[in-house]
Amino acid sequence: MRIGVVTFPGSLDDVDARRAVRLAGAQPVALWHADCDLAGVDAVVLPGGFSYGDYLRCGAIARFAPVMTAVVDAAGRGMPVLGICNGFQVLCESHLLPGALIRNERRKFACLDQRLRIERTSTAWTSAYEAGQELVVPLKNGEGGYVADDATLDRLEGEGLVVARYVGPNPNGSLRAIAGISNEAGTVVGLMPHPEHAVEDLCGPGTDGLGFFTSVLQGVLA
Amino acid sequence: MARVVVDVMLKPEILDPQGKAVHGALPRLGFEGVTDVRQGKRFELQLDGDLGDERLAQVHEMAATLLANPVVEDFTVRVEP
Repeated sequence: MRIGVVTFPGSLDDVDARRAVRLAGAQPVALWHADCDLAGVDAVVLPGGFSYGDYLRCGAIARFAPVMTAVVDAAGRGMPVLGICNGFQVLCESHLLPGALIRNERRKFACLDQRLRIERTSTAWTSAYEAGQELVVPLKNGEGGYVADDATLDRLEGEGLVVARYVGPNPNGSLRAIAGISNEAGTVVGLMPHPEHAVEDLCGPGTDGLGFFTSVLQGVLA
Repeated sequence: MARVVVDVMLKPEILDPQGKAVHGALPRLGFEGVTDVRQGKRFELQLDGDLGDERLAQVHEMAATLLANPVVEDFTVRVEP
């Protein structure tokens, strides 16, 4: 399986994401923001960082990068797409996922090993986990507060589209402690914490994040 | 030539941590009596040619597509004299 990882100007975690893909047993494919096609990959990861310097709004400029036209098209045809941190912001700006991410409630950049609870396992990126399973993965963001109107939040909860929730103190003011959400099909997932930084014992808090990358290999959608 | 200003503000129900920080700093500097601060963005667009309805509608489209994120932000468009 070939998994593309997009590099935008200002992406930081593209190399870590490609490494996580490789450790999970897939072949990472580097994609560039100016590419007009996805080189035939089977899935795409939009990595963390500060694409285009976070100018205007986080993810707002990246949304209009040439490669995103191809990503939005492919997502519409059911290709798995995982957006991590800045990638989550890009997915929201692209309207592939509802809501938006705004500045952290307490205005401080959050950087910690964060406990999460996996709430939806019937997605392309979380099928390797069990519902209710708790993970510890790094979280690092300045604008990670997930917001949406009450009707959208109720719909996300009612349809079981909340993929992961923060456990313990809310690190960034995300409404209903939402750390990640998915589309209805479970193919598109946005996540504020960084599973790609928790794939090896040597670095980071453990290997709890690897499941996101092994899940997509199974290609099993409930 | 026409000049159009687009003001973008977070929706009232969305928390504005930057505005809160400014609000918190004012009393420390001795400025009293400010009950709230909201921070926004101002875009000044220079357009060539005459500004007809169609052109103005385009500016609204620009604002809704790129300058503002309608999920969390409101915008206003006004033509500068």
